[in-house]
Amino acid sequence: MSEAPATLPAVDHQRVVFPEGLALDSGVMLAPMAVAYRTYGALNAARSNAILVCHALTGDQYLAETQPVTGKPGWWSSIVGPGKPIDTDRYFVICANVLGGCMGSTGPREEMTDANGRGLGRPWGIDFPAITIADMVRAQKKLVEYLGIERLLAVIGGSMGGMQALQWAALYPRSVFACAPIATAAHHSAQNIAFHEVGRAAVHADPDFCQGAYWKEGRIPAQGLSVARMVAHITYLSESALTRKFGRRLQGAKALTFLEDVFAVESYLRHQGSTFIRRFDANSYLTITRAMDYFDLAADHGGDLSSAFRGTPTRFLVASFSSDWLFPTAESRAVTRALNRAAARVSFIELESDKGHDAFLLDEPEFHAALGGFLSGSADAVGV
Amino acid sequence: MRLDLRLIAEMIPDGARVLDIGCGDGALIGHLTQEKRADARGIEIDMKQATQAVAAGLAVIHGDADADLEHYPDNAFDYVVLSRTLQAVERPREVLRQMLRIGTHAIVSFPNFGHWQMRWRLLWTGRMPDTETWDRAWYETPNIHPCTILDFVALCEADGYQVNGWLAVDEHGSRAPWRESLRLANLFGEQALFLLSRKG
Repeated sequence: MSEAPATLPAVDHQRVVFPEGLALDSGVMLAPMAVAYRTYGALNAARSNAILVCHALTGDQYLAETQPVTGKPGWWSSIVGPGKPIDTDRYFVICANVLGGCMGSTGPREEMTDANGRGLGRPWGIDFPAITIADMVRAQKKLVEYLGIERLLAVIGGSMGGMQALQWAALYPRSVFACAPIATAAHHSAQNIAFHEVGRAAVHADPDFCQGAYWKEGRIPAQGLSVARMVAHITYLSESALTRKFGRRLQGAKALTFLEDVFAVESYLRHQGSTFIRRFDANSYLTITRAMDYFDLAADHGGDLSSAFRGTPTRFLVASFSSDWLFPTAESRAVTRALNRAAARVSFIELESDKGHDAFLLDEPEFHAALGGFLSGSADAVGV
Repeated sequence: MRLDLRLIAEMIPDGARVLDIGCGDGALIGHLTQEKRADARGIEIDMKQATQAVAAGLAVIHGDADADLEHYPDNAFDYVVLSRTLQAVERPREVLRQMLRIGTHAIVSFPNFGHWQMRWRLLWTGRMPDTETWDRAWYETPNIHPCTILDFVALCEADGYQVNGWLAVDEHGSRAPWRESLRLANLFGEQALFLLSRKG
């Protein structure tokens, strides 16, 4: 990791600053609060064609364009664009960096403020307050209102983005006509929390972490963050996807030795880890993984998930992937049944795929057709 | 659209809330949504068909009658439809009970095992019947609970369901001459269609 940059590159992200700030679930008042975002397509005169796409844990607002740090295509370029399932000729698509993120929204990398909103001349770092999925959604709501939109045609998201989509529908049912939570759950399972904890422990154990004040030393906990990403990345794949891609193939060695980097899958994970540290902030990682762990929509409603959606006018598309063991189909089915109990208009499909949790980001034509059809049916219903 | 689905669609009034169990690619709910402004939803056990229906913009969940009906609240629908599926579910009696709990009306269609051809083949050949309607070998048929029209009427009686209407047809849609008699229908009807409600 010696080639790792000491700090993340500075990029001028498009963003809006709300001086009045946001009251967080933790009781802290975060003011001012900035939300970085990107939009695609055009808002129609009736302001009825807006779709909010919520990104996953380590995603960002660069949905359908080159990511300025990595130079790679946007994470959902394959399905967002003119003529694509999320058709930017028809819809106005918004994607915001989550609160606590590190791509321009208020988060640990941004300047810390005091109780009166005055800048303290240092980043928040480890002192950034704990945030929740609901906090992220409330920040997005402010952005949506700022853009002059009363009701979104749809809120879509996969994984952590799917948690936000569910939270949107629960918090603001009248502002969400359609909601598509993909490869997600209404709570983060103990197993998922356990994997996150391994990642956080790796970050904390890195000597360059400096109790979270690595920014002060001009260092980053590259080793720990990279290990965290490696662990997480395994959970995004399926056994069959890993086997197909790598099997037990060797790389950089002719025979098994106890040297490092023998197996092809090892160097793949190392590569994933080392590219991650160039684009992600460690304190952000700690903040956002915690937000996912806290998420439990049923617990917020007396343990009954259906009461979060009682009387909802929103229509839903719940989708899961058969080989996803991080957010297995049973979780999506539980969400679907809770929506049934609330008599909501819900569609549910489990898509056949051997690509694991990652499938929602990859080329899955059946999924794209279903999502596209769901959106287009919703758009027809509101006359877009 | 399939004959029995056309007949079912005729029974459902405009603007009704409908759940179609075993909705296939969504032909019936698509028709009801477009032609009758119904709030129509479906359940389908086959993933490909469910995905196809969702891609067509319909509200369909991948699931099955045996496991999913219990999750709907009482009186959530005006009509709950089960077409040509009763004989294939694990617990037909429980499925009927759920249908009339979550819906004020149930519409059930099923192939009639009492048809004369079935009786004749079993009597004459001593083998499981193989007809246009019952066209799969006994060891691979999804139909685990076949019944006759009289059996079905007896079950409705036993469980206290009101038969508000019924008709028996052959594959080509002809209804006469057994329009009035259940016994004749049981002998000559290839398919039966019942409209039920709770008693009282």
